[in-house]
Amino acid sequence: MKILVTVKRVIDYNVQVRVKADGSGVEKENVKMSMNPPDENAVEEALRIKEAGKADEIIILSIGEEKCQETIRTALAMGADRGILIKASDDVEPLAVSKIVSKVVETEQPGLILMGKQAIDDDSNQTAQMTSALLGWPQATFASKIEIEGNIATVTREIDEGLERIKVNIPFIASCDLRLNEPRYASLPNIMKAKKKPIDIKSADELGVDVSPRIEHLKISEPPTRQKGVMVADVAELVQKLKYEAKVI
Amino acid sequence: MEIQRESMEYDVVIVGAGPAGLATSIKLKQINPDLNVCILEKGSEVGAHILSGNVFETRALDELIPDWKEKGAPIKTKVKREKFLFLGKKTSLSWPTWLLPSVQKNHKNYIISLANLCRWLAEQAEGLGVEIFPGFAASKIIYDEDEKIIGVQTGDMGIDKEGNKKDSFEPGLNIMAKVTVFSEGCRGHLGKEVIKKYKLDNNKSPQQYGIGFKEIWEIPEDQHDEGLVMHTAGWPLDNSTYGGSFCYHAEKNQVFIGYVIGLDYQNPYLSPYDEFQQFKTHPAISKILKNGKRISYGARALIEGGFQSLPKMYMPGALLIGCDAGTLNMPKIKGSHTAMKSGMIAAEVINENLTNKAALSEYEIKFKNSWVYKELYKARNVKPSFQWSLIPAIIFTGIDQIVFRGYLPFTLKHPHSDHESLIPAHKAKKIKYPKYDGKLTFDKTSSVYLTGTNHESDQPVHLKLKDPDLPIKYTLNEYDEPAQRYCPAGVYEVDRTDQNNPKFVINAQNCIHCKTCDIKEPSQNINWVVPEGAGGPNYANM
Repeated sequence: MKILVTVKRVIDYNVQVRVKADGSGVEKENVKMSMNPPDENAVEEALRIKEAGKADEIIILSIGEEKCQETIRTALAMGADRGILIKASDDVEPLAVSKIVSKVVETEQPGLILMGKQAIDDDSNQTAQMTSALLGWPQATFASKIEIEGNIATVTREIDEGLERIKVNIPFIASCDLRLNEPRYASLPNIMKAKKKPIDIKSADELGVDVSPRIEHLKISEPPTRQKGVMVADVAELVQKLKYEAKVI
Repeated sequence: MEIQRESMEYDVVIVGAGPAGLATSIKLKQINPDLNVCILEKGSEVGAHILSGNVFETRALDELIPDWKEKGAPIKTKVKREKFLFLGKKTSLSWPTWLLPSVQKNHKNYIISLANLCRWLAEQAEGLGVEIFPGFAASKIIYDEDEKIIGVQTGDMGIDKEGNKKDSFEPGLNIMAKVTVFSEGCRGHLGKEVIKKYKLDNNKSPQQYGIGFKEIWEIPEDQHDEGLVMHTAGWPLDNSTYGGSFCYHAEKNQVFIGYVIGLDYQNPYLSPYDEFQQFKTHPAISKILKNGKRISYGARALIEGGFQSLPKMYMPGALLIGCDAGTLNMPKIKGSHTAMKSGMIAAEVINENLTNKAALSEYEIKFKNSWVYKELYKARNVKPSFQWSLIPAIIFTGIDQIVFRGYLPFTLKHPHSDHESLIPAHKAKKIKYPKYDGKLTFDKTSSVYLTGTNHESDQPVHLKLKDPDLPIKYTLNEYDEPAQRYCPAGVYEVDRTDQNNPKFVINAQNCIHCKTCDIKEPSQNINWVVPEGAGGPNYANM
């Protein structure tokens, strides 16, 4: 079985994201970029499934500009086998991503697609679900445990009420929760090896997928800064302030 | 149980991807493309731990990559105008630039981000086949039985707070090399080890350090003057404390504003961070920053000792270069070009060593014949003259630098190490700093937030106390525990929740790798060791 894992290059989670002065987007120049954190869990899970002898090849797919190769290399250094980069502008919307993934599935025929549950930059949380619909495959979103037995997988999902266990048939698509596993570090020798692993580069046009945006961005702005807290002397003053200043009661 | 480690072999391993290390690697590959060269970098990417003013003198780069302009080096903003101000509490006196010593003239230089220059240099190096490994810290030196350095070990990853292996444990690697180059920057933790082990600083003045702060501000266009370089001395520091500010108008309506304070300050109540914050409220400065937005913050210790503190830079199997040794030119307030040149000389010596078995001690001779040596020699008497306080020092510096051009027939010494300079708290005057206004001045927490600093939380504390009881038992009484104030990131706190039983708290996760604690702790009780790779700040355009 092949496993297809999608990874997205995003602004590193440690970076304090800054909105551009003209409100057209966020500052990305010389900002540290790295792999979307839940995607790391997806890569790790694929490696564990392969190490358990239940898969024989792990393919990493990323969509975006040339530099996404670095993100693919990170996954290859963790242990994945080869990469595919579909070149497109760096803000491809979820529907277009789903269409590209479906196209890649046509040629690669994986038995399992693993994705992060959402990307930390746009927080859309749509790609896994839409890809499942486009392919007509079962979906198991927010996976925190994946057990594969033959042609059936039991997936534990993180839901509001607690944990839900579902059974899905292979092939299926899973979106991974941060609790799924702890991603491994890439070792230096593996980073060296990863440099020699193949990455196939295509453009979205070649796949015949229209990636033009369907959403119009009106403006990107920073959230309002939080007001300073005040100490109140007693409950009466608190009630007073809540009622007349904050006007919430 | 002994951990099984894999090893990798290189001709040359370089510790630290700063200007010195990158220049070494580039020069090595230029003169001998067959050499296998790798660079280990503890930051999450090249540039993540680089912080510098920076007004850049291109001399070394001109020699290394003469066509840097065509190759798109991020060196764009030429210095157009210069100002030097003496600040009083509310006043400012402009010093005529023709009266500045020539080392402080910048008309041929550029205002740059050194972090971005390093990113570009890293691309050039990789283009030549240098292997750069960001996120991998060199944590230990490997010696052979004859005490010769034969490589370095990268840090183990995935060790928990108590020192146990986690699931993600990944053992460090032995990187074996014919020659090891230490280019960690000021007060590198391995550099410190080799200086001590091989007594490289024998017969030298004790090294002198400063702490430098930098903020990047985006300011309204009409307050911005691209290409203007301004320095100040005076307020808020008193006349016995060495320091001053810089304010560089870069491209895109940004100003790089910063402050450097000599770590030989005496009053344990002095807080370098607060001096810098307060400095921004001076009318001559606040008018530049008002209605602007602070977008970056950072701090880093720097070398001030210069010529008389420069240790021997070679040892068996290794070289010590850049500010890991201490090649910064203090009166010039520049170290990038000298660091790069020290690396380029290293590359020549290493190549001779590998191909013709020439001794690494050749470094001393080549260094002495270079322009770096001359620069440092001429600059040597400026910093030590400040032990006589500001006014006599300025007069002396005028005579030394303008009349004698640095060739006075004697060399002043640095009297003591920076950790020896504090006076006991009961003899010192308490300093009350104004409250932060959230517009020009900010608290440490919101500043550290801007550095993008992170460390894996479940790992051993990388700020090691030789005696864990000393801070409360001794340093708190004697010096009111100055770590609370000299740390620019709020790593050290004295928790007085229990009045009778204060506790010394180390928030190691906040550490921005400036090394000030390792330098200034009066009993040298804090040892800065390298945390898990990729930890620390994530500076963008510093």
